[in-house]
This record gives sequence, C-alpha cells and structure tokens, in this order.
Amino acid sequence: MGTTEPRVVDFPLRRPGEPFPPPRYEDYRHHEGLVVSHLPNGNKVWLVTRHEDVRAVLTNKKISSNPDHKGFPNISDTMGVPRQEQIPGWFVGLDSPEHDRFRKALIPEFTVRRVRQMRPAIERTVEERIDAMLAAGDHADLVADFALPVPSLVISTLLGVPPVDRDFFESRTRTLVAIRASTDRQRDTATKELLRYINRLVAIKEKWPGDDLISRLLASGTLAANEMSGVLMLLLIAGHETTANNIALGVVTLLLNPEWVGDDRAVEETLRFHSVADLVSLRVAVEDVEVSGQLIKAGEGIIPLVAAANHDAEAFACPHAFDPARTERHHVAFGYGVHQCLGQNLVRVEMEIAYRKLFERIPGLRLAVPVEDLPFKHDGVLCGLHELPVRW
Amino acid sequence: MRISVDPDRCVGAGQCVLSAPEVFDQDADGIVTVVNARPADDEAVRHAGELCPSGSITLHED
Repeated sequence: MGTTEPRVVDFPLRRPGEPFPPPRYEDYRHHEGLVVSHLPNGNKVWLVTRHEDVRAVLTNKKISSNPDHKGFPNISDTMGVPRQEQIPGWFVGLDSPEHDRFRKALIPEFTVRRVRQMRPAIERTVEERIDAMLAAGDHADLVADFALPVPSLVISTLLGVPPVDRDFFESRTRTLVAIRASTDRQRDTATKELLRYINRLVAIKEKWPGDDLISRLLASGTLAANEMSGVLMLLLIAGHETTANNIALGVVTLLLNPEWVGDDRAVEETLRFHSVADLVSLRVAVEDVEVSGQLIKAGEGIIPLVAAANHDAEAFACPHAFDPARTERHHVAFGYGVHQCLGQNLVRVEMEIAYRKLFERIPGLRLAVPVEDLPFKHDGVLCGLHELPVRW
Repeated sequence: MRISVDPDRCVGAGQCVLSAPEVFDQDADGIVTVVNARPADDEAVRHAGELCPSGSITLHED
C-alpha cells in the first residue's frame, strides 16, 4: 500500500477554454496510486485515470453503482441536472444480481441483428433531417437541427411513439439537454411531461400492442408496471445526448481531418477520442478495497474517468492523435463490466449513417465559425457542443 | 484455438459478434453463442475475447 499522501486536486475537472480531455489528466495518470478530489458538496472522491485501473474498478464486486449508498458521488446535485436515479427501473443505479433482471429484459432489443434491422429507419430519419436543413438555406446549427433530433427520433421509433407525437417528444427531449438555453424549471417540467407521456404510451401499448420495444417488454411480463417508466426514461436519457454529442464532435473532427471522411473506422475512433461520457460511471466502495495500491475505504466515492483511460499511452499508441486506423479497440467509452452501454451497437450505426449521409449529401459542409470559437459543454455531465454552426 | 463461453455471465454487449461474426452469435435473448468453437488463431477472435465487458469469453491455446 502506498505510503505517500494522496494528491488532492480541484473539482470540477473540466474548465472553460480548455481542450478535452483536460491536460491535467496526464498528470493524474503519472501520479503513483490515485488522486483524490472533493465534490462541491464536500464529499471525498477518488479519481481513476489509468485504463487498467478503470477496467478494474468497473468489474470489482466491492464497488457499487447504487446511489443510495453513503458516499456515492452525486455530481448531478452539483451540476444543475435533475436527479433521475430514484425512479423505479433506473437500473444503472443497481448492482448485480438486482440489476440483471432489467438488463436481460432489454438485451434482445439491442442485439447486433436487431440493430441491423433498424438501419433503413435510421437512414430515413437522417435523410429527412438533411432534407430539412438543405431546404432551409445554406447554413444550420448542426446540434439543434441534426445531432439532437436524429437520436431522439430513432428512440421514438424504437419505443413506438406514434408519428403524430414525435415533434412533442423531440422538443421535450431537446429541452432536457439544452442546459444553456433552458432553465432548471423548464427542464424539470420537460422531465415531468415526458414521464407523463411515457406512462400514457405504456397504457396505450397495453391495450393496442404494436411491433415495438414497449409492446414486447409488456408481453414478456418481466417488469412491473411501476418499473416501465424508469426503464424507458433511462433508455431515452442514455441514448439521446450521448449519441448527439458523438455525432456533433465527430463531424467537427472529420472536418478537421478530412482524409478520414467516408471511412467507417472513424466511428470507433470518435468514441475513444472524445469519450463524451467521462463523468457518467460513478461508483462507491461498499467494502474497503485497494485500487492501484491505494486503499479506498467503504463509503468513499470513485469516479473512473473514461476519457483519461482512453488517452492512456499505456493502452493506446499516440493516444492524442485521431487515428481511425489504430488497431487497439479496447476503449472504455461505453464503460466496462455489467453496466457497459446496452445501446452501443445502435449508437455505432447512428454515427456511421449520420457521418456518411452528411458528407455525401453536403460535400461542401464546413464550419461557420473558427474551431476555437465552438461552444464546448464544459458545464454539463457529458462532454459535447452547445451549438455547431455550419455552412455549405 | 478453442473458444468457450459462459452464457450466465454474458451481458449482451454484442462486441464479440461485431468483432468475429463467423465465430460468435447472439441467441433470441441476445446472449452469446459459439458458431465455431475451433476457429483459426485470428486477431478478430482475440479482440472479441479482450473486448468482452463481462469476461464471458475464454480463449484456449489447445
């Protein structure tokens, strides 16, 4: 066990005007053992930055995902994001074996085969958004006009939201993530409206089942009625802004590295390179546990920083280079262990279709502002862009 | 090379099917199945073993 005092670093980790991942992750990684920080609420939290250590934390049975445990690092309390974790069915906040019943019920919806069947619908959605942008003129905000609506519409299709309700669904999901353009109160209202809508949709599907995820979940009888809305909200939250941010950041990166346009390997490298869900896998030790030679006591919070792990030179050669031809594929952008992103194959297909169709249909696509002026979301849980002004 | 899998551990991430579809598949429940338990030693098969988030895949050198 290390005898040196752990180094204490400041929170938040992301600051305005800095590149992402923050350069100081490099220092943390080179520091023996782990570094420690304090959340604005005063809680102690260990930061894990090496690839090997992040994987070890995310598979350790003494480390829990359950926010009900004392010491859990609730960063959403400190970042103006409404807490969703207490809704029944919010199974990312459960550990095995309780967690597994939910995961198993949903796995069939996200298999490689099932996602392949969704391709034509995703292509149609992407084409329609591009048609709308082209019809509207010679410029757009690629976040509001493309990156956010595409995954929201894909989730609508998956859930079986009737076409007539998709605008409502899309506008409310957009309010949830537009942390600069909406107030806490507006986001709270949008959450309530979406929950109410989802409950109504479940009631409709009970009476009139269709060929959709909700109908199949109901037919399987694996979830209780009061768990359905939590599960569905989770799918929505987990699949929406994450995908949108990957689409937007990936387009910027492809505009800066045009030699990779048209190469599908850019999808996997975008996931690694940008690691938008850096602050998503939050954990707490439920027993004393050693990570990287550091004793973590029961009740202390742990944040495995996936962006730091994905830029670890021990795991990835030239980690700061955007290189879709790299052979290392073991990034942890989707997390690791039993909670690894359930929708990862859907995200991959959405990103691939979005990039391909955008650059095919709009070959003159370019940034409308200098890249250094792009508004990065340093203030959200996820890394992304508030806006992405483009022209053609 | 020989492949064995533990379906009870599988969390259905599907990374093995993406990496080596000629060796791995998912059943109707989305759980891993082995299509070819004796594949040639291949980078894609090794990737599948390394990427599995739940440690469900074991590669044997025999």
